[in-house]
Amino acid sequence: MEHAPVESTGIPNGKLGTWLFLASEVMLFATLFTSYIVLRVAAPSWPRGWDVLNVPLATLNTFILITSSVTIVMAHAKVLEKDKAGFRRYMFFTLLLSFGFLIVKSFEYASKFQHHHYPATSIFYAIYFTTTGLHGIHVIGGILFNAGLMIWGAGDGWEDPLFAGRVEYAGLYWHFVDIVWIFLFPALYLL
Amino acid sequence: MSDHKAHSEAAHVKIYMMVFGALMVLTIVTVLVSYLHLPPALGILIGLAIATTKASLVATFFMHLKWERRLIYGLLGLTVFFMIVLFAVPIVDNHGLKPNIIHYDQPAAEEAHH
Amino acid sequence: MKDHSEHGEHNGAHQDDFVGKYIFSVDHKVIGLQYLFTSMFFLLFGFTLVLLMRWQLAYPGTRIPLIGSLLPLSLAPGGVMLPSFYNSLGAMHGTIMVFLGIVPLGVGAFGNYVLPLQIGAPDMAFPRMNMMSYWSYLPGGCLMLLSFFLPGGAAQSGWTSYPPLSVINPGQTTWLIAMVFLITSSLLGSINFIVTTLNMRAQGMTLWRMPVFVWAQFVTAILLLLAFPPLEAASILQLMDRVAGTSFYIPANLVVGGKLLDHTGGGQPLLWQHLFWFLAHPEVYVLILPAMGIVAEIIANNTRKPLFGYKEIVGAMIFLGGMSFVVWAHHMFLSGMTPALSNFFLVTTMIISVPSVALLTCLVFSLHGGSIRFTVPMLFALAFLPMFGIGGLTGLPLGMPVTDIYLHDTYYVIGHFHYVVVTGTIIALMGGTYFWFPKWFGRRMSEGWGKFHFWTTLLCMNGVFMPMFIMGMAGASRRLYDPTAQLHNLTTQPMNVVSTISAILLMTAQIPFLVNFFYSIFHGEKCDSNPWHVTTLDWACPSPPPHGNFAKPPRVYRGPYEYSLPGAKADWIPQDVKEAA
Repeated sequence: MEHAPVESTGIPNGKLGTWLFLASEVMLFATLFTSYIVLRVAAPSWPRGWDVLNVPLATLNTFILITSSVTIVMAHAKVLEKDKAGFRRYMFFTLLLSFGFLIVKSFEYASKFQHHHYPATSIFYAIYFTTTGLHGIHVIGGILFNAGLMIWGAGDGWEDPLFAGRVEYAGLYWHFVDIVWIFLFPALYLL
Repeated sequence: MSDHKAHSEAAHVKIYMMVFGALMVLTIVTVLVSYLHLPPALGILIGLAIATTKASLVATFFMHLKWERRLIYGLLGLTVFFMIVLFAVPIVDNHGLKPNIIHYDQPAAEEAHH
Repeated sequence: MKDHSEHGEHNGAHQDDFVGKYIFSVDHKVIGLQYLFTSMFFLLFGFTLVLLMRWQLAYPGTRIPLIGSLLPLSLAPGGVMLPSFYNSLGAMHGTIMVFLGIVPLGVGAFGNYVLPLQIGAPDMAFPRMNMMSYWSYLPGGCLMLLSFFLPGGAAQSGWTSYPPLSVINPGQTTWLIAMVFLITSSLLGSINFIVTTLNMRAQGMTLWRMPVFVWAQFVTAILLLLAFPPLEAASILQLMDRVAGTSFYIPANLVVGGKLLDHTGGGQPLLWQHLFWFLAHPEVYVLILPAMGIVAEIIANNTRKPLFGYKEIVGAMIFLGGMSFVVWAHHMFLSGMTPALSNFFLVTTMIISVPSVALLTCLVFSLHGGSIRFTVPMLFALAFLPMFGIGGLTGLPLGMPVTDIYLHDTYYVIGHFHYVVVTGTIIALMGGTYFWFPKWFGRRMSEGWGKFHFWTTLLCMNGVFMPMFIMGMAGASRRLYDPTAQLHNLTTQPMNVVSTISAILLMTAQIPFLVNFFYSIFHGEKCDSNPWHVTTLDWACPSPPPHGNFAKPPRVYRGPYEYSLPGAKADWIPQDVKEAA
């Protein structure tokens, strides 16, 4: 069936769909932040982040994630410039940095477990593990999607008219994951 | 359409790098401020302000919101509005209930309360 | 700037094999039918659960007839149900009806099948995601059913799952995991509906030419998109409490069965209530909006005149959707909120009643001056009006703290919401089934049996739920295993018997409907593509439509309800017809 003109917003389906998805994710993480605020305000005492958590490691992770946001937006720029090698390079760095984030995170978690600090230990740790854990799951999801794009881009994907858009949408999701961390980092570690 | 976007993308790369720099600087600032060990209220205010600035930079430039259509702004505006409602009510409720909450590490206070 | 490449996405997904065409189909019509049959099953299952409850309520402590002996000792020794089983039935009845029955039927079935047709689209914006949405729903639903057979049995803390009870009760973990599947399904579906409605309309189908049904589904999708994630997050927190020993909702020093609970404490049960109801209130508008959309379509078609106040109806739906996000704590008036906060919710709740009334009034006024055809769908649509009226009006005392203090957690509440959902939404969905049946299957259901089904169903539904208002005002508590345990209930106990007998008759009345429905799929009287003479685009294609729906992309020239246009040849002009006469 040929494509007839349609009534449309002018925003491609995939982009609109991605923003709608991100809106729902905003509500998801907002709920976690609400819970954090309510439980912290109600608590008789609450540890200061720098006393119990590893600020240097988390700062490193913040740098890592911000850099990965830059590399993924550059990856998209390279797709628009039809620079296949450039895309692969920047997407590779994005994935590398993402893994780096997870590795640093696992060091943090391991250290906590070694000191017998688990989610059940206190309400503080419950919040810490649950919010960073859910964020981590979102990082993993992003890694899978970005890796998929790299593989697809190496093959048929590069010529597919939908490819550039999907790289852009992957970027939107990834920036959102970065934004969540931008709030999570001070909220848990620095206050 | 992609040619048009590629042309403007080259100009955007410069912006990305500037934003990158700003984000790094702001991250350093927020960590340094935390070393001051400010009282919670002030610390939260400053930390939130810096985080909001960083998030706005990512959203505006990396996520291309600066050049996006009004419908997306509307969707985000609606979402943020409901998000604020979601934040506000449990916090207000919690504040209202505060006098009735017995703290588990201060049982003596509980007796005084009765 | 129109991205044509994206519209062709579905063209790549040509499915020629059986599995591709019928199991993992990406065609919105097949998926719609999958939702239809699955949700019908769950509705019947949920109905059966409550029949068991109704027996216990009418004849407490007696043996359940017929299947009592089949139930295991852990649930009903000697055929008499245990209180824990009663609680499971209550929790699962609510959960199944709302999340596995009504929403998948109203949104998944009706929305999926009809929405793309009504806007002239070849399919949904994301056909594969549509398929994934159904295949998240089905496992989630099966997990809910499976929970009955797992150790500990099904959830027994109400569909509301309030902690700390829900954290310590059995069956809840499965419930929470199943909910994650269902919420995922809903999320994928809502994104699809919104993008499809905004981006896939046929040429000439401006937003203000869309049928009310499409607007209803659109607003519903926005509610689902933004309101479900808080419940998802809240459910994850409750799952952590159950599985990882955290205390998000567990206060300190909680003693259960004489033993101090293992959790460190520091949590708040009220936090769950806020987060749960943040979803669950918009959820009830998700239950009613598609029904209102269906009723509007049926009324326009069967009065042979345009709807009264089309723009006002759409505006009311949008306003209703928006307000639905700021009224939730009227479910929590007795939780100890400060008066300032409960007054805020009193005001918003009173405000939200306005668009409902406006909408209902427009639908009633739509009848005036119409050439009313009393077809079976129209009977259901007409019945919806006063029934929803009763449901809505009985909500008012619940929305005001001063009266809610008395009525909260009584049978009055059960009467109220069942009037809106059963005599309201389900009546509308039944009408919609008769209405769109010819579109789905190219055949008609029996009108005679349809009328029989209508009258018996309407009568029995009222028999079940009308007594509940009286019982509630007399002080009968809800979620009570043995109603006679409250002495003041002895006077109203006969009403429980009336409800139970009506419920059994109601189930019986569905048998001819089911026979009619399934028989007619194969042997119903064949009909042409538009037997009801409907103006909207969904009837401008064959019945049932082929893959891709329209042979040529439709072009829309007029609004959705051009019935009885003065000077026109016929009493209806389809949306895709250019010349009036």
